Amino acid sequence: MTMTGGSPEEPTARPRPAIGETIIGAGVLVLAIVMFWQAMSIPVSPIYAKVGPTVVPMMTAVALGMLGLLLLIDAWRGGWQPEEEKAATPDRAALLWITAGLVLNVVLIGPIGFTIASIILFVCVARAFGSNRIVRDALIGAAFALVAYFGFALTLGINIGSGLVESAIERVIGVEGG
Amino acid sequence: MDAFQQLLNGFAVALTPMNLLWCLVGTTLGTAIGVLPGLGPALTIALLLPITFKVEPTAAFILFAGIYYGAMYGGSTTSILLNTPGESATIVTALEGHKMARNGRAGAALATAAIGSFVAGMIGTLGITFLAPVVVDWALKFGPADYFSLMVFAFVTVSAVLGSSAVRGLAALFFGVWLGLIGVDLQTGQARFTFGLPELLDGINVIVVAVGLFAVGETLYVASRYRSGKDEIIPLSGSLWMTREEWKRSWKPWLRGAAIGFPIGAMPAGGAEIPTFLSYYVEKKLSSKPQEFGKGAIEGVAGPEAANNASAAGVQSSPRQSVRCAGGSTVRPSHQMSPSSVRAQLVKIELRAIVLIALGFVCSPVPGATPKKPASGLIAYRRPSSPNFIQAMSSPIVSTVHPSSVGISIARLVLPQALGNAPVMYLTSPSGEVSLRISMCSAIQPSSRAITEAMRSAKHFLPSSALPP
Repeated sequence: MTMTGGSPEEPTARPRPAIGETIIGAGVLVLAIVMFWQAMSIPVSPIYAKVGPTVVPMMTAVALGMLGLLLLIDAWRGGWQPEEEKAATPDRAALLWITAGLVLNVVLIGPIGFTIASIILFVCVARAFGSNRIVRDALIGAAFALVAYFGFALTLGINIGSGLVESAIERVIGVEGG
Repeated sequence: MDAFQQLLNGFAVALTPMNLLWCLVGTTLGTAIGVLPGLGPALTIALLLPITFKVEPTAAFILFAGIYYGAMYGGSTTSILLNTPGESATIVTALEGHKMARNGRAGAALATAAIGSFVAGMIGTLGITFLAPVVVDWALKFGPADYFSLMVFAFVTVSAVLGSSAVRGLAALFFGVWLGLIGVDLQTGQARFTFGLPELLDGINVIVVAVGLFAVGETLYVASRYRSGKDEIIPLSGSLWMTREEWKRSWKPWLRGAAIGFPIGAMPAGGAEIPTFLSYYVEKKLSSKPQEFGKGAIEGVAGPEAANNASAAGVQSSPRQSVRCAGGSTVRPSHQMSPSSVRAQLVKIELRAIVLIALGFVCSPVPGATPKKPASGLIAYRRPSSPNFIQAMSSPIVSTVHPSSVGISIARLVLPQALGNAPVMYLTSPSGEVSLRISMCSAIQPSSRAITEAMRSAKHFLPSSALPP
């Protein structure tokens, strides 16, 4: 919600116009344009001719557009990232591992269930933090995932995504989760 | 003295061993769910609604209140230690609390959060006991203009005060407004910014946003940088006790937080988030060391934590809101409702059904769950792909759809209430006009925003005696 003290992402360039901040400003501007375009396409019933469903979206789009411009100006003047953060080079491999884990989790949680998807995410994140012992990480991840899954399924009756592993265990211990 | 007598009576009931046990269960569970991001008190209470059929009402109330308070406290723990708010009302706590933890004052931050929660909770509870009638009358006088002003005030506070740059704060604010706009507009039923995706019709849950920003964001940040020197993992170091100075800096924020949280919590749409932001702002303004804000100022933990607990007390002060869904806060069943209001309660007052049906949700009626009273014409629907859940309720004129799994299971749980317990709320305006508002329990789309217009169509379900004059 806040962007206090400089955003962590894209801390690439050191020279005057800051590339990372330019990207953020441009992104906000593009978002505002897309919003404006989308807000135009919201159908308005004549009953709500004055304050209809498009009023706040329009206001938001215009405000974001102006703020995007201001952010761009800020970025061209050197950005807002604190000096000590500019000095550090981010670990791109780690970022890739985490992103890959998240994407895989989202893609796989539907087809193969919560547990396996969570294990994959856990292993990827552990890898990002420098762990190379995949089997150990997978076992720890499995323990967490199963506790979470059955915690939800048995105490609250919520199914947070059953798949192969979950239904196999349920068949063995004879509970009907979710 | 009447209130005092009733209070003593209340103690007599609450202090029986069984009820104390329920309280323990509630607070333990509440703390646990508060720690877990993604699971809030509203959702938990909604899921536990069926318990009201098995235990007596008093015990259920105690349990739910325990969950609510516990969650407010549990959320602060992860905010402070992990920078991951477990609950939307503890987002502010993360700002200063986590910085304190980094400075080796995690113990003090946790202590000021806990003691502040306790103090403010006590004040709030006393407040309810003696001031409830006054506060409720005052809160119900809030009209649309007042709510709008409150929102604008909160927005300005959030954006202008929390950051070092107004431009970036406002950009973040409007981005947040945009996220909030996604979904079906409750007033007109139009889909906004959904890009044709039915999943987006229900909007984006604030917890999803918070987890994305604070948990995923923090992970990415730490993972990309931890090798370049700084140690980012924070052990619970330093004394657990607060120093004399920290006490001195905490007690006023506790009291102010309570004073801010209680009245806002009592408002029908106040919720617990706004008071935390307001409290943070007030503390930053009044602090003798404003330069410490953003670097771990204890006032920034003490005030908001007190505010969210006091608002939890305020939330309960509104006897006319039996199910209160304000700002995603809490759902509470009532046992004093007439069966006639029940049918009305089943009518989710939203026009989005039409949108969704048009989008091609294929539903078939659910045999067991349909009309408690055939004449009501209510039919519950499910989708073939998920036979365990009720996806939609419909009547000849109004229908409701819960497109996502959470809403669905809620709808399923609400149904048994058709036997006799349902929430209904009358709103008296200063002009003397009485209007009926119905709240439907849905943790996803809390409808304190119940639309009065749509109410008129719901009259269909109510006998004339249940309608306002």
